[in-house]
Amino acid sequence: MLIFSVFKTLTDQVVTVELKNDLCITGTLKSVDQFLNIRLDKISVVDPERYPHMMAVKNCFIRGSVVRYVQIPATAVDTQLLEDATRREHASTHKR
Amino acid sequence: MADLSAQVQEPFDLVRLSLSERVFVKLKGERSLVGVLHAYDGHMNMIMSDVEETILLVEPEEEVNGAGTVQTVKRQLEMLFVRGDSVILVSPGAR
Repeated sequence: MLIFSVFKTLTDQVVTVELKNDLCITGTLKSVDQFLNIRLDKISVVDPERYPHMMAVKNCFIRGSVVRYVQIPATAVDTQLLEDATRREHASTHKR
Repeated sequence: MADLSAQVQEPFDLVRLSLSERVFVKLKGERSLVGVLHAYDGHMNMIMSDVEETILLVEPEEEVNGAGTVQTVKRQLEMLFVRGDSVILVSPGAR
Protein backbone atom coordinates (compact mmCIF):
# COMPACT_ATOMS: atom_id res chain seq x y z
CA MET A 1 0.00 0.00 0.00
CA LEU A 2 2.85 2.35 0.87
CA ILE A 3 4.62 1.90 -2.44
CA PHE A 4 1.29 2.25 -4.26
CA SER A 5 0.80 5.64 -2.55
CA VAL A 6 4.31 6.69 -3.54
CA PHE A 7 3.61 5.85 -7.19
CA LYS A 8 0.35 7.79 -7.06
CA THR A 9 2.31 10.89 -6.05
CA LEU A 10 4.62 10.26 -9.02
CA THR A 11 1.89 10.54 -11.68
CA ASP A 12 2.80 12.91 -14.53
CA GLN A 13 6.51 12.48 -13.77
CA VAL A 14 8.85 11.07 -16.39
CA VAL A 15 10.10 7.65 -15.27
CA THR A 16 12.14 4.84 -16.81
CA VAL A 17 10.72 1.36 -16.32
CA GLU A 18 13.15 -1.54 -16.69
CA LEU A 19 11.44 -4.84 -17.39
CA LYS A 20 12.66 -8.31 -16.46
CA ASN A 21 13.49 -8.92 -20.15
CA ASP A 22 15.92 -5.93 -19.97
CA LEU A 23 13.69 -3.66 -22.07
CA CYS A 24 13.87 -0.09 -20.73
CA ILE A 25 10.95 2.23 -21.46
CA THR A 26 10.94 5.93 -20.61
CA GLY A 27 7.62 7.73 -20.46
CA THR A 28 5.21 9.86 -18.48
CA LEU A 29 3.58 7.93 -15.65
CA LYS A 30 -0.14 8.28 -16.22
CA SER A 31 -1.57 5.88 -13.67
CA VAL A 32 -0.80 3.01 -11.36
CA ASP A 33 -2.94 0.47 -9.50
CA GLN A 34 -2.61 -1.73 -6.41
CA PHE A 35 -0.70 -4.43 -8.36
CA LEU A 36 1.74 -1.72 -9.45
CA ASN A 37 0.58 -2.13 -13.02
CA ILE A 38 1.75 1.03 -14.76
CA ARG A 39 0.38 3.10 -17.62
CA LEU A 40 2.93 5.14 -19.54
CA ASP A 41 2.33 7.84 -22.15
CA LYS A 42 4.71 9.34 -24.72
CA ILE A 43 7.04 6.39 -24.41
CA SER A 44 10.46 5.88 -25.93
CA VAL A 45 12.62 2.80 -25.73
CA VAL A 46 16.10 3.42 -24.32
CA ASP A 47 17.82 1.13 -26.88
CA PRO A 48 15.72 1.42 -30.08
CA GLU A 49 18.38 -0.39 -32.18
CA ARG A 50 17.77 -3.52 -30.15
CA TYR A 51 13.99 -3.18 -29.96
CA PRO A 52 12.91 -1.65 -33.30
CA HIS A 53 9.45 -3.23 -33.06
CA MET A 54 8.66 -0.87 -30.16
CA MET A 55 9.10 2.26 -32.31
CA ALA A 56 5.45 2.56 -33.25
CA VAL A 57 4.25 2.22 -29.67
CA LYS A 58 3.30 5.58 -28.17
CA ASN A 59 1.69 4.55 -24.92
CA CYS A 60 1.42 1.33 -23.00
CA PHE A 61 0.17 -0.58 -20.02
CA ILE A 62 2.82 -2.59 -18.18
CA ARG A 63 1.86 -5.53 -16.00
CA GLY A 64 3.36 -4.97 -12.55
CA SER A 65 4.88 -8.43 -12.29
CA VAL A 66 7.21 -7.93 -15.29
CA VAL A 67 8.84 -4.82 -13.83
CA ARG A 68 12.36 -5.10 -12.42
CA TYR A 69 13.09 -1.43 -11.63
CA VAL A 70 11.48 1.94 -11.99
CA GLN A 71 13.96 4.81 -12.14
CA ILE A 72 12.29 7.85 -10.66
CA PRO A 73 13.42 11.49 -10.53
CA ALA A 74 15.19 12.03 -7.19
CA THR A 75 13.61 15.46 -6.85
CA ALA A 76 10.12 13.96 -6.90
CA VAL A 77 10.41 12.10 -3.60
CA ASP A 78 10.89 13.24 -0.02
CA THR A 79 13.13 10.55 1.44
CA GLN A 80 12.49 11.57 5.07
CA LEU A 81 8.75 11.25 4.49
CA LEU A 82 9.27 7.81 2.90
CA GLU A 83 11.28 6.54 5.86
CA ASP A 84 8.71 7.76 8.39
CA ALA A 85 5.86 6.24 6.39
CA THR A 86 7.76 2.94 6.13
CA ARG A 87 8.33 2.85 9.91
CA ARG A 88 4.65 3.56 10.49
CA GLU A 89 3.57 0.80 8.09
CA HIS A 90 6.06 -1.60 9.67
CA ALA A 91 4.66 -0.81 13.13
CA SER A 92 1.06 -1.36 12.02
CA THR A 93 1.68 -4.66 10.20
CA HIS A 94 4.27 -6.26 12.46
CA LYS A 95 3.00 -5.37 15.91
CA ARG A 96 0.18 -7.80 16.59
CA MET B 1 26.16 -6.13 18.22
CA ALA B 2 24.47 -7.69 21.27
CA ASP B 3 21.97 -4.85 21.62
CA LEU B 4 21.31 -5.04 17.88
CA SER B 5 20.22 -8.65 18.15
CA ALA B 6 17.94 -7.65 21.04
CA GLN B 7 16.21 -5.16 18.73
CA VAL B 8 15.84 -7.70 15.96
CA GLN B 9 12.95 -9.99 16.83
CA GLU B 10 11.81 -10.86 13.35
CA PRO B 11 13.54 -10.73 9.97
CA PHE B 12 11.90 -7.50 8.83
CA ASP B 13 13.23 -5.68 11.93
CA LEU B 14 16.69 -5.97 10.43
CA VAL B 15 15.48 -4.27 7.25
CA ARG B 16 13.69 -1.56 9.28
CA LEU B 17 16.89 -0.76 11.14
CA SER B 18 18.59 -0.28 7.76
CA LEU B 19 16.29 2.57 6.73
CA SER B 20 18.34 5.58 5.59
CA GLU B 21 21.46 3.39 5.70
CA ARG B 22 23.50 1.94 2.86
CA VAL B 23 22.44 -1.61 2.13
CA PHE B 24 23.57 -4.37 -0.17
CA VAL B 25 20.78 -6.07 -2.11
CA LYS B 26 21.30 -9.27 -4.07
CA LEU B 27 18.83 -9.77 -6.90
CA LYS B 28 17.91 -12.53 -9.31
CA GLY B 29 19.82 -12.64 -12.59
CA GLU B 30 23.33 -12.07 -11.15
CA ARG B 31 22.55 -8.48 -10.20
CA SER B 32 23.32 -6.62 -7.02
CA LEU B 33 22.67 -3.13 -5.73
CA VAL B 34 24.36 -0.95 -3.14
CA GLY B 35 22.36 2.10 -2.12
CA VAL B 36 20.55 4.00 0.61
CA LEU B 37 17.28 2.36 1.61
CA HIS B 38 14.34 4.75 1.99
CA ALA B 39 11.23 2.57 1.85
CA TYR B 40 10.15 -1.05 1.68
CA ASP B 41 7.00 -3.10 2.13
CA GLY B 42 6.07 -6.67 2.96
CA HIS B 43 6.80 -7.82 -0.61
CA MET B 44 10.33 -6.41 -0.26
CA ASN B 45 9.51 -3.80 -2.86
CA MET B 46 12.07 -1.12 -2.09
CA ILE B 47 12.91 2.46 -2.89
CA MET B 48 16.61 3.26 -2.81
CA SER B 49 18.71 6.27 -3.73
CA ASP B 50 22.30 6.78 -4.83
CA VAL B 51 22.37 3.24 -6.17
CA GLU B 52 25.24 1.41 -7.80
CA GLU B 53 24.08 -1.61 -9.74
CA THR B 54 26.51 -4.39 -10.56
CA ILE B 55 25.59 -6.93 -13.21
CA LEU B 56 27.67 -10.08 -13.50
CA LEU B 57 27.88 -11.33 -17.06
CA VAL B 58 29.02 -14.94 -17.05
CA GLU B 59 29.93 -16.26 -20.46
CA PRO B 60 30.61 -19.97 -20.64
CA GLU B 61 33.73 -20.52 -22.70
CA GLU B 62 34.24 -23.38 -25.15
CA GLU B 63 34.48 -26.73 -23.36
CA VAL B 64 38.19 -27.34 -24.13
CA ASN B 65 39.68 -25.13 -21.43
CA GLY B 66 36.57 -25.19 -19.29
CA ALA B 67 37.00 -21.69 -17.87
CA GLY B 68 34.26 -19.18 -18.52
CA THR B 69 34.74 -15.43 -18.48
CA VAL B 70 33.12 -13.23 -15.88
CA GLN B 71 32.56 -9.60 -16.74
CA THR B 72 31.00 -7.01 -14.46
CA VAL B 73 29.00 -4.02 -15.64
CA LYS B 74 28.31 -1.19 -13.20
CA ARG B 75 25.94 1.74 -13.45
CA GLN B 76 24.74 4.55 -11.20
CA LEU B 77 21.07 5.36 -10.60
CA GLU B 78 19.94 8.27 -8.46
CA MET B 79 16.53 7.03 -7.29
CA LEU B 80 15.22 3.55 -7.90
CA PHE B 81 12.17 1.45 -7.14
CA VAL B 82 13.03 -2.26 -6.99
CA ARG B 83 10.24 -4.82 -7.32
CA GLY B 84 10.35 -7.29 -4.43
CA ASP B 85 10.01 -10.47 -6.46
CA SER B 86 13.59 -10.12 -7.80
CA VAL B 87 15.09 -9.67 -4.34
CA ILE B 88 17.17 -12.54 -2.92
CA LEU B 89 18.71 -10.88 0.14
CA VAL B 90 19.19 -7.55 1.88
CA SER B 91 22.29 -6.97 3.97
CA PRO B 92 22.78 -3.89 6.17
CA GLY B 93 25.86 -1.74 6.30
CA ALA B 94 27.39 -2.29 2.87
CA ARG B 95 30.83 -0.61 2.88
